[in-house]
Amino acid sequence: MNIRIENGSFGYKDGPMLLKQIRLEAGEGQMIAVLGPNGVGKTTLLRCMLGLLPWKEGQTVLNGTEIKDIPKRSFWQQVSYVPQAKTAAAAYTVEEMLLLGRASHIAPFAAPAKADLTIVQDVMERLHITALRRKRCNAISGGELQMALIGRALVAGAGILVLDEPESNLDFRNQLIVLETLKELAQEGRTIIFNTHYPAHALQHADQALLLKADGSSRFGAVEEVITEDTIREAFSVHSVIRTIESERGIVRDVVPVALQEKTES
Amino acid sequence: MTDTVRRIRMPGTLSIGWKAVLIVLSLATALIALSIGRYAIPVRDVAGSILGHLRGVEVLSSKDALVLWNIRMPRILLALLAGAGLSLSGLAFQSLFANPLATPDTLGVASGSSFGAALGLLLGFRWIGVQLFAVAMGMLAVCLTFLAGSGRGRGLNTLVLAGIMIGSLFSALVSFVKFVADAESQLPAITYWLMGSLDVAGYKSLLYGAPPILVGIIVLALLRWRLNVLPLSDDEAASSGVRIRTLRTITILMATMMTASCVAMCGQVGWVGLLIPHICRMKFGNNHLSLVPASVSLGAVFLVVVDTLARTITAQEIPISVLTAIIGAPFFILLMRRSGGWQL
Repeated sequence: MNIRIENGSFGYKDGPMLLKQIRLEAGEGQMIAVLGPNGVGKTTLLRCMLGLLPWKEGQTVLNGTEIKDIPKRSFWQQVSYVPQAKTAAAAYTVEEMLLLGRASHIAPFAAPAKADLTIVQDVMERLHITALRRKRCNAISGGELQMALIGRALVAGAGILVLDEPESNLDFRNQLIVLETLKELAQEGRTIIFNTHYPAHALQHADQALLLKADGSSRFGAVEEVITEDTIREAFSVHSVIRTIESERGIVRDVVPVALQEKTES
Repeated sequence: MTDTVRRIRMPGTLSIGWKAVLIVLSLATALIALSIGRYAIPVRDVAGSILGHLRGVEVLSSKDALVLWNIRMPRILLALLAGAGLSLSGLAFQSLFANPLATPDTLGVASGSSFGAALGLLLGFRWIGVQLFAVAMGMLAVCLTFLAGSGRGRGLNTLVLAGIMIGSLFSALVSFVKFVADAESQLPAITYWLMGSLDVAGYKSLLYGAPPILVGIIVLALLRWRLNVLPLSDDEAASSGVRIRTLRTITILMATMMTASCVAMCGQVGWVGLLIPHICRMKFGNNHLSLVPASVSLGAVFLVVVDTLARTITAQEIPISVLTAIIGAPFFILLMRRSGGWQL
């Protein structure tokens, strides 16, 4: 499994280019974070990468084939998208919602079979959401909904998971649950690509990062190289300190914003 | 331990008990409705006559047979079909637009069909002509809605807005037809037709009107699990791997066809398409595996009951739309308050 963006550029109709010459490559077992200030086009980038929006220039390539040439059904069996939880809360039960993830495997006039249900129940157990299976998706907490949406992506059986801000709007504990789950999924050989607002989450969990800047340019590479105090100042206009914290439970890297960069400084 | 947690039944499907209830309820309601009327025929005789017809013999007196087979049977068949069709198209539109207020008329079908029928009556067409004209105008209204509201990058909400505009345009045209119609003869006919009635039903009318409804029901019933993708947001639907544009187009086409056909045969019968799917959602949840059969069955039952009341409680037949609202609204409010409503 390998997905890459080759010189992807995108701009809305008549507008300036929002994303310029984006390059990204993700292989098996890798976890890749996409970072950037608000409004820079992180969600747009994911949507272009998945063919939900057309690139103006450049292309996305999945296992050596340009995705325009891959039948939709086959593509979505290999790649799953988890949208922002706030846009996804149809009032199905958690179990029904996960079953919808099997749609690309089920013929138009057919209903899910026992085998599909077994897959769903296995995934629910793996994500520890079995207890929620009868609850409505619009009546559970944000963290629970996020896990249900990840579950829906997993039951499709795709090797590549693309997630839009999976840990936004969650508390500390749920952020960790989601990120640790994604890490485990990557260690099992899947490719995880996720948007995030938090440079610290990228540093702590991702292998590689794509940093988008307001002028549309970007930087892609190993996470320690892409996320530094300098690049954060360039991208977010914020002075920050990156430090390593020791504790009995492990060593973590953290990014602490210190001060706004004054316009005159640059 | 995990095995005890696992359920055998597919989530969102009807239990055997509910399936039996829905089937028995539909058949029993139809049977009872066939026997009720100013000229009563015992239920046993009705059943006997139907079974007799299957074997090619008539067990009733010729007068009873005339009432049962020429007057009541087409009317009950129409009530079953129209109730099922309107209820299912309401369900389809609500899911399609992820909007609990959507009705079979959301895209302007019913208004268009009403205009077609009113115009047909104004021009003095025969009954079949009125019916075909109504279907044609209903389809035209939806086409106009599409021209006005769809397009690359526009969401489904634009389509709903366009539907409201086109709907009110055709409503205005209906008013205009009424305004120019002859107040002695044509106006009462148009007004009466607009309030809805099943008394014009005959086998000939059913011959043209039933197939589109049956096709719509069969297609949507086959697609019932797929319909669950409709209320999802655009990106979710697209990334489910389902051909979402095709699914939406088929759904709109089927629902439109059913609605136009219903309106063409029995005028504007309001409420069924809103009331019945809502009741089903309160009871069965949002999974179309159960919603489709439940809406079809309960829609049919509801309209047969209301039509039977319409033709029996007073000497003069009451327009059916009046009754669907009078019975539907309080019943709906009661249910909503007891169940706490539902969300799409």
